[in-house]
Amino acid sequence: MQANQGGVDPVDWTGAIYSTLQDWQVAQVAYVPDAGHSELIIRCDRDENMRLVPLTTEEEGIALLAGAWLGGQRGVLLMQSSGVGNCINMLSLARVCRFPLLTLVTMRGQWGEFNPWQVPMGQLTPKVLADADSLVFSVDDPAAMGQTVAGAARMAFEGPAQAAVLIGQAVIGAKSFGR
Amino acid sequence: MGDTMDEKLNNTLDRDRAVDYALRRREVVAQLLADRGDTLVVAGLGAPVWDCTAVEDHPLNFPLWGAMGGAAAMGLGLAMAQPDRRVLVITGDGEMLMGLGALTTIGAQQPDNLAIVVCDNERYGETGMQLTHTAGGLDLPAMALAAGFATAAGIRSDNEFKAALPAIREGRNAAGPGFWSIKIRAENNAIGVMPPKDGVTLKDRFRAALLG
Ligand SMILES: Cc1ncc(C[n+]2csc(CCOP(=O)(O)OP(=O)(O)O)c2C)c(N)n1
Repeated sequence: MQANQGGVDPVDWTGAIYSTLQDWQVAQVAYVPDAGHSELIIRCDRDENMRLVPLTTEEEGIALLAGAWLGGQRGVLLMQSSGVGNCINMLSLARVCRFPLLTLVTMRGQWGEFNPWQVPMGQLTPKVLADADSLVFSVDDPAAMGQTVAGAARMAFEGPAQAAVLIGQAVIGAKSFGR
Repeated sequence: MGDTMDEKLNNTLDRDRAVDYALRRREVVAQLLADRGDTLVVAGLGAPVWDCTAVEDHPLNFPLWGAMGGAAAMGLGLAMAQPDRRVLVITGDGEMLMGLGALTTIGAQQPDNLAIVVCDNERYGETGMQLTHTAGGLDLPAMALAAGFATAAGIRSDNEFKAALPAIREGRNAAGPGFWSIKIRAENNAIGVMPPKDGVTLKDRFRAALLG
């Protein structure tokens, strides 16, 4: 896991996310992976109360977690910002039926991005989610992760509502492939 | 207009054969849902919704009025949350084709209580009966098998359907997820009874019936 840029990362922000998922008894962890989520995925995989559901495309996760909620389970959807672009029509399921949808989005193409192909969805992600009726919370300070994700989860599961937490590149570090 | 289009597609897709298929969708779905017990049903948008509702506007049906491509994935989430219940997804070939990746996601999870039934009329019925890829050589059950389904079969005759019915309806002893593509006659039915359109109503009544 890459540390916060510029030195030692004193904040275990992944741990803060994981304990929120535990608090809410999240049972289905659906994802298309992003490097920024890799440590969280490992932690969830070790948890016998969480089932990992790797997806082929992010929109599957919206339908999957709607089914989970119908069956009485809570879930979380992990993706990177490009994945938001794969979700738009399926978000109407969450919106029309008011299914709770907690999404954690690792941002690319937002700040210090070396790959221009990540920039369109990176820039569009907050707008598109807001237009789709999702609550949007951004985290750029690792120390704020715990309270932000906890607040988003509460609004998602008790609303119920769509709540997305955008995990900024300032938190995960801008990927450079060693360049 | 649509005709010109289909004539060109005729090189690769067969526009005639499904008109003569023996099985009829309303009868097929009525038999799938007869004495359904505590089965949980997700219906893909369009005709499968009307077929399911024609049997009964049941609170343990989740009829999708949109979310095309999402029915199988929704069934998976439900099946994992309710491992002791039979979960039956009844959807169209067009809807299934939009969410083919979900077959592989189901194959990776292996829920033994999930059955996917595609009512395959080889058409996008709801939008004017345009041909789908299944009007060509596409073999959906073969794709499901390759994706890891424990059982997958194509059904063309009443005998085949009768023989498969127990396996489709009874999930508990299945070795893994099951997939059936039922070739049904390409025909237009009157919609008949519609389920509620309000998504919150559908969700709340389903959860109330299932979870109390
Ligand atoms: C994303 C999206 N694209 C297109 C449509 C239009 N549409 C509605 S129903 C349908 C066809 C469904 O066909 P199929 O699943 O084969 O069911 P049938 O009516 O033939 O039984 C289409 C294309 C839509 N609702 N959503």
